[in-house]
Amino acid sequence: MMFALDGEQTAFGRTLDRMLGGADAPGAARAWAAGDPGPGRALWRRLADAGVFALAVPETYGSVGPLPVELAVAYVELGRHAVPGPVVETAATAVLLGALAERDGTLVEGGGALAERGGTDPAAPAAPVDPVDPVDSAGRWLPRIASGQAMVTLGAPQAGPYVLDADAADAVFVVSGNALRQATGHGPVQPSQDPARRLFRPVCAGPAQATGPRPDPAVAAAGRADAPGQVGRPGQATGPSAGPARADGLRLDGPAVAAAAARAADWAAFATAAQALGVGLALLERTVAYTRQRSQFGRAIGSFQAVKHRLADVLVELEFARPLLYGAAVALAGGAPGAGAEVAAAKVAAGEAAYGAARAALQLHGAIGYTSEYDLSLWLRKARALRSAWGDPAGCRARVLAAHAARHPVKPEVGGVWHTIGDEAAR
Amino acid sequence: MDLELSPEDAAFRAEAREWLAAHVPGERLPSLETAEGFAAHRAWERTLAAGRWSVVSWPLEYGGRGASLLRRLLFEEEYYAAGAPGRVSQNGISLLAPTLLRHGTAEQRARVLPPMASGDVVWAQAWSEPEAGSDLAALRSTARRDTGGWLLSGQKTWSSRAAFADRAFGLFRSHPGADRPHQGLTYAMFPLDAPGVTVRPLGRLDGRPGFAELFLDEVFVPDEDVIGEPGEGWRVAMSTAGDERGLTLRSPGRFTAAAHRLADLWRERAAADPGGGDPCGGDPCGAGGGLRDRVADALIRARAYQLFAYTRATGPAGARPAGGGSTGARPAGGGSTAGGSTGAEASLTKVFWSELDLALHETALDLLGPYGELSDTAPDAPAGGGWADGYTFALAGPIYAGTNEIQRDIIAERLLGLPKGRRG
Ligand SMILES: Cc1cc2nc3c(=O)[nH]c(=O)nc-3n(C[C@H](O)[C@H](O)[C@H](O)COP(=O)(O)OP(=O)(O)OC[C@H]3O[C@@H](n4cnc5c(N)ncnc54)[C@H](O)[C@@H]3O)c2cc1C
Repeated sequence: MMFALDGEQTAFGRTLDRMLGGADAPGAARAWAAGDPGPGRALWRRLADAGVFALAVPETYGSVGPLPVELAVAYVELGRHAVPGPVVETAATAVLLGALAERDGTLVEGGGALAERGGTDPAAPAAPVDPVDPVDSAGRWLPRIASGQAMVTLGAPQAGPYVLDADAADAVFVVSGNALRQATGHGPVQPSQDPARRLFRPVCAGPAQATGPRPDPAVAAAGRADAPGQVGRPGQATGPSAGPARADGLRLDGPAVAAAAARAADWAAFATAAQALGVGLALLERTVAYTRQRSQFGRAIGSFQAVKHRLADVLVELEFARPLLYGAAVALAGGAPGAGAEVAAAKVAAGEAAYGAARAALQLHGAIGYTSEYDLSLWLRKARALRSAWGDPAGCRARVLAAHAARHPVKPEVGGVWHTIGDEAAR
Repeated sequence: MDLELSPEDAAFRAEAREWLAAHVPGERLPSLETAEGFAAHRAWERTLAAGRWSVVSWPLEYGGRGASLLRRLLFEEEYYAAGAPGRVSQNGISLLAPTLLRHGTAEQRARVLPPMASGDVVWAQAWSEPEAGSDLAALRSTARRDTGGWLLSGQKTWSSRAAFADRAFGLFRSHPGADRPHQGLTYAMFPLDAPGVTVRPLGRLDGRPGFAELFLDEVFVPDEDVIGEPGEGWRVAMSTAGDERGLTLRSPGRFTAAAHRLADLWRERAAADPGGGDPCGGDPCGAGGGLRDRVADALIRARAYQLFAYTRATGPAGARPAGGGSTGARPAGGGSTAGGSTGAEASLTKVFWSELDLALHETALDLLGPYGELSDTAPDAPAGGGWADGYTFALAGPIYAGTNEIQRDIIAERLLGLPKGRRG
């Protein structure tokens, strides 16, 4: 057993920290919130160059992933620096497409999947559909995701009715039931508590509204599983950049979709947990710095015990969420059947720790923390939103209990004490 | 990064499991805090020692197996999962022994450790005094120089297990002229049945003599029973404090086992009373909230502690808390000064496990509904009274081993780098 980050993983986190620290991520987050994705996309490309998005893209596509431990390291930094955009959703889409491509054979041989396409899902609006080969879809998108050329987003039942950043993404994938579609448009923005999280209801039919680039055929070919060697590594251009807008209207049906989507949702919850932990750490760091220099009654407020104890509790919660996050990473890496419950545990702990950090941060900053001009608000508002994104605390706790029940079935002889009074009365 | 056990570690775990399955008493032993229970627990220590399981991480020569911290954690997981009895020798094993291994002489180790490992000599910790709890350096008991040794006088209190234990270790003021309260202290071991020692048992919350007051009147201690240099007792003692709060005093295995039992209890409850107006909700996985969430949190937090411990046991630098640097300040009332931040990280652990333990037992009592009120001596008490007894014990967790308030000070000052407040 070696349950700790190795030197390379630690260095990777430090590199990202330095890079993001010098890249005005808060400025990008503010622009993003105002509907200007330019600075966010620039940041995105730098993250891709550092290899961040390749971490979720399978090796079959010439990439490096999936590497959940490294992904956790990276997403903690994304959270710490309040990086905007569908960072979680892009990684989850990579996992989804990778999983579908991996299972392509099963899909076709299973007979139903491809044949069912086009209307057996009651939830699906009758829409013209393009037959889609999952390998082809993966081949078209995964290399672009890894290289940072494509920023995509994902809607799934596990995420609720909204899709994050559908207006800025190059493609909006939507899973409902056994169907995977690519959205053709979206409704109006539904502002989140965190203005840098722009939520939309996706539209999967009707007039084309999606504005993503058309995948380049050369890239698609290069991305095929049979030619992995030709695909770019992160940071390497893999084809021409965004082309004209087009609604793909891709759609894919079959039980494999639901299975792949469940896996993608686990990864999304996992990446969200990492992001939340980073958000919590940023809130704690900034609050410690503030309480050391802000002085009242002639001394630093950080010397007051009520302040210290509150921050000590924040540290305790964050430090005990961290091992759960890495425990989930190890479970995901091993493809363990219990991985979902480990992810759920990490999601609860990180989400609650980050939210606790936000509450303490706001309180201890006093009124300045309540001003939107002050950058603290970027993290304060994200902490609350991440708490319910990709699995709210109640749902995650239920998963943990269900997994425990599955591992330890109730013994037949138990339950005795509960009937004592009833038994007495019956006698 | 992985959580795979090596074949050797897995074999160690399997060996422990097998031995425990064959030896753990079928019946719950009587409470440790009674004469009868103390004797039964001492006998259990002897059984453990005969199987060489009483002190797995100690060197072979003193009765251990030289096991790594990871193996110690694995052993304790198995130990508590098997429902094995509480450890009557805990204070000696987790507090005095590490101190002797670090600061004692070879002669002291050879003389003290083997009978501690076998349960033949049970130790009590005599640190606290009526006026010196959180502010341990305010202690007033004295050690006066005598030929070939020291004469101890004064009063110690809250000494766990001292009502039935054999010997004790504690701090005494030996150099009254010292500039600072932390200086001029001497760390000494003494027999509880020596001339001049009076042991007055104190009833803990449930009335049982879980701890005792010690009155010392010119109790002679030979030089060979002083640990470290006379006058340097604080430094020696503080290296022990880190152990007391950390993983070794309250191993994660204890909490994972208890959390599993709590989840079982939840499902038993749900199975016996499905749905309806049950405050717990019939479906253990449904959206009942409340108790259900608390049960889930116990599982989650116990797992967090377990994984945290694995990081400490297998990682190069162990858990690395975030936040600012260290002020280098020495906390009043007992933070570890040995090994830099190690003691401060133990404070993180102590707050976490003590609150987890209490939350876990409170949840169990709430789940038990009307049965939750029963004391562990009630004939109807569920699980042989284990939950009730565990609850009483858990209530003390945020107080002993340095209160959680003091631990939070240490965390804030030494791990977060916040300014030292007015204290001490
Ligand atoms: C079950 C049990 C077993 C024990 N076993 C032993 C043992 O074996 N050997 C031994 O030596 N001792 C033992 N103790 C004693 C224990 O270590 C002390 O109780 C503890 O250190 C607190 O000291 P005190 O009780 O004097 O409380 P006090 O120090 O009087 O504290 C009272 C309250 O004030 C708070 N407080 C004090 N100072 C501060 C401050 N600066 N900032 C904020 N809050 C503060 C405390 O946190 C606490 O809440 C045991 C205690 C219990 C409950």
